[in-house]
Amino acid sequence: MAEQVLAADGTPLKASLNRALRRQKMRALMLIAPLLLFIMLTFIIPIGQMLFRSVENQIVGDTIPRTVEALDSWDHDADDIPPPPVFDALAQDLMVAVELKEHTRLGSRLNYEMSGISSLFRKSGRRVDDIGEVYTDQFVALDPAWEEPATWVGLLADPKWIAAREAWDGTGDEPAFIMSRAAKTVLPQTASIYADFARVIQTEDNDSPAEEEPWHVVYLALYNDLTANPSLEVTGPLSGLISSAAAAVPSFETEDVVATFEGFDDDWKNPEIWETIYTYSPAYTNGYFLNSVDLQKTNEGVAWQPENEQIYLTLFWRTMVMSLTITFSCILLGYPVAWMLANLPARKANLLMILVLLPFWTSLLVRTSAWKVLLQNQGVINDLLVWVGFVADDNRLALINNATGTVIAMTHILLPFMILPLYSVMQTIPATYLRAAKSLGATNWTAFWRVYFPQSVPGIGAGSILVFILSIGYYITPEIVGGTKGVFISNRIAYHISSSLNWGLAAALGAILLAIVLALYWAYDRIVGIDNVKLGG
Amino acid sequence: MTLTKALMATSALTLAGSTAFADGHMADEMTIVSWGGAYSASQQAAYHDPYMENTGVTIINDESSNEAVAKLRAMNEAGNVTWDVVDVVASDAIRLCDEGLAMEIDADEMLADGDDGSTASEDFGDLIVSDCFIPQIVYSTTAGYRTDLVGDTPPTSICAFFDLEAYPGMRSLEKRPINNMEWALLCDGVAKEDVYDVLETEEGQAQAFAKLDTIKDSVVWWSAGADTPQLLADGEVVMGTTYNGRLFSLIVEQEQPVGMLWDAQVFDLDGWIIPAGLSPEREARALDYIRFATDTQRLADQAKYISYGPARASSAPLVGQHATLGIDMAPHMPTDPANATNTFLYNYEWWADYRDDLDAKFQSWLAQ
Repeated sequence: MAEQVLAADGTPLKASLNRALRRQKMRALMLIAPLLLFIMLTFIIPIGQMLFRSVENQIVGDTIPRTVEALDSWDHDADDIPPPPVFDALAQDLMVAVELKEHTRLGSRLNYEMSGISSLFRKSGRRVDDIGEVYTDQFVALDPAWEEPATWVGLLADPKWIAAREAWDGTGDEPAFIMSRAAKTVLPQTASIYADFARVIQTEDNDSPAEEEPWHVVYLALYNDLTANPSLEVTGPLSGLISSAAAAVPSFETEDVVATFEGFDDDWKNPEIWETIYTYSPAYTNGYFLNSVDLQKTNEGVAWQPENEQIYLTLFWRTMVMSLTITFSCILLGYPVAWMLANLPARKANLLMILVLLPFWTSLLVRTSAWKVLLQNQGVINDLLVWVGFVADDNRLALINNATGTVIAMTHILLPFMILPLYSVMQTIPATYLRAAKSLGATNWTAFWRVYFPQSVPGIGAGSILVFILSIGYYITPEIVGGTKGVFISNRIAYHISSSLNWGLAAALGAILLAIVLALYWAYDRIVGIDNVKLGG
Repeated sequence: MTLTKALMATSALTLAGSTAFADGHMADEMTIVSWGGAYSASQQAAYHDPYMENTGVTIINDESSNEAVAKLRAMNEAGNVTWDVVDVVASDAIRLCDEGLAMEIDADEMLADGDDGSTASEDFGDLIVSDCFIPQIVYSTTAGYRTDLVGDTPPTSICAFFDLEAYPGMRSLEKRPINNMEWALLCDGVAKEDVYDVLETEEGQAQAFAKLDTIKDSVVWWSAGADTPQLLADGEVVMGTTYNGRLFSLIVEQEQPVGMLWDAQVFDLDGWIIPAGLSPEREARALDYIRFATDTQRLADQAKYISYGPARASSAPLVGQHATLGIDMAPHMPTDPANATNTFLYNYEWWADYRDDLDAKFQSWLAQ
């Protein structure tokens, strides 16, 4: 075995070399760290987080957990509304949600899937605090102790919490309520809703459960617990109260909670409402993605949206076709300009270059609005055509508020992104090649097509990628000059972000758009090869 | 948890752009968000300037009202609300309230009584369409027409939009279902009080679209309030809908040959909300501003600068003359009895339910 090579300081050479290399790598990393961090924080994480919304759907399960759980046992194929326990669960969930002001938020979430749910939740939320009053009255009539907050605390609070509350000096927040373990097993429904009640009282109202009478739905829950388990056993000082209540409940006047909800709004009788809640109860959903390709979730699985609501596939297709059209018109218009820039003497070329760059220094809105003045029916171009006699006065060309307008305005706006890479590539093609081709007998066309053009392809590639990717995400120009036939998918994304607040759908549409771009980029790499793309040099 | 918060903060930053951090707020500064343009100028003159003079508070204007709902949601998720008072239309206020992004207002407790002795809730009446909404002005979406392009019989009814024989040429309508669907049904023989019942059904929606189909090829669809005035001024359209204040400035201030068509104007409301989750100190200041800016005199003052009707009943008698033109403003108010002979009430609750659905159908119809 060969002897180990040592460095000057006596450590093995290999280790010493490794250390030096590692230090170098670290230094390189440190140099790019600020940029990396910046991109992570301002670009990758926000975009990832936004895209995550396209599948996220915790709001339903978080807002009405009891209802979601109760709905599991509902036979949702039976075309009937769920059984009464689901309505009891909903009453309790809704009561908590109303106190936390979350029910309307859930309503607007579900309204994306079915119209009418928004007002259904808003309306029902206003009156839900009356549910269970029948039971409250009867419990209190049975024994006034049921009115006392102390009774409830004694029955349900963990002794630890009572002790902690007594030790609490009154400054800061009251110790968070702890439910007794025994109560959870004996009176599960009551314990669950009372725990929510205590939490809401403490966090929202800054009050104490020891001083507030519970909501009516807590009495409803207690009634349900006592009827479900008449022989329950409770120990402690309050056992008498419970057993006498347990004995009395069978003769209680009952409340038909289903009827109460139907009294709030007839829609609660509609199985479709429940179907929607059930379909959208899981924490994650593919619903947004389905919606963004004109599909929907139904009872029978995935189905097409009604024909009069299909829009997104059309828009995706239109976005692709028009972006390609814009890219090609940029190539057609940009190639000669870049050729001229590359072949003119430097002074003239610089002057022309300023003209190419000038649009960059003008506001996008100004440029787009200028196109409006030029292209509209009574605009400059039509006036000119009428004056020359190309078109009749009563038959002016429709150049704006349609796809034509979008293509014209966007080609103009994106043209520099085509010219600049083309120019920088063309500059590197020696003029001698063309002369050599010609001296070897090529015609002008052959010399251009066989010698010059292939060398400029990397510039076309770079320009096309830039223009295409910019144009499929464009939104303000199509919005202004596109009318109805010239708008892109990005206009709908903007609508869902800022107007309808349906961020999930916007995220799904954005994710699809991103996937399409990546797929096209991959295809481009396979066909043309990304190494053949040059921005210069 | 802190990580999530940090992530939220970054995404809010990207959306909220350049707005300052809440922590950087000075004790005597507040950010008020509004629509910009002539409207913000009227608020500056009627509310901000006197308030700053009285209290020494500096008011910073932010012109983001058209994206207020989305920005407020992002700020709220990031736990960093930088706005103190926001001017929004009523339907946005309902959305913000539903989402828990706006603070609930107790009108009688938090707003000033009317000069005529009425309580705030009586004075605003049923204009308080949401628990979070403090009404400020009544505006209307109404129509204007080119007096020189409509021949000898100027239109007197909104149904002129659907009458291509009598009034050939292009017309401009807003690129959304709201108002257009109602007008289509009204002009298709549906009684005013039945419009929303009919529109709730598939057949009713089909009926409205069928009516709109008859003019689809002659419509320029607008999305910004300034579009119709420009289209009218350039003679691109013979008639178009927009907000009444825009038409006022086109007709009175710019003296274009345009006439008002008040028929079936749709009243809408604009007003204030206070974002939820402000610190007690900022909340108190926002409420103080709101109490000042929505009292009887202040609301009447705003009408000196722009032709939108004050939301308080008690302000109406105090509406005076235009600040620079010196003309009486009352005849230009959408609420003036002569203009309000036939008005249509926009149903907020109904649209909150059906907006998403009908918008999808409307966009799909447009794309066909």
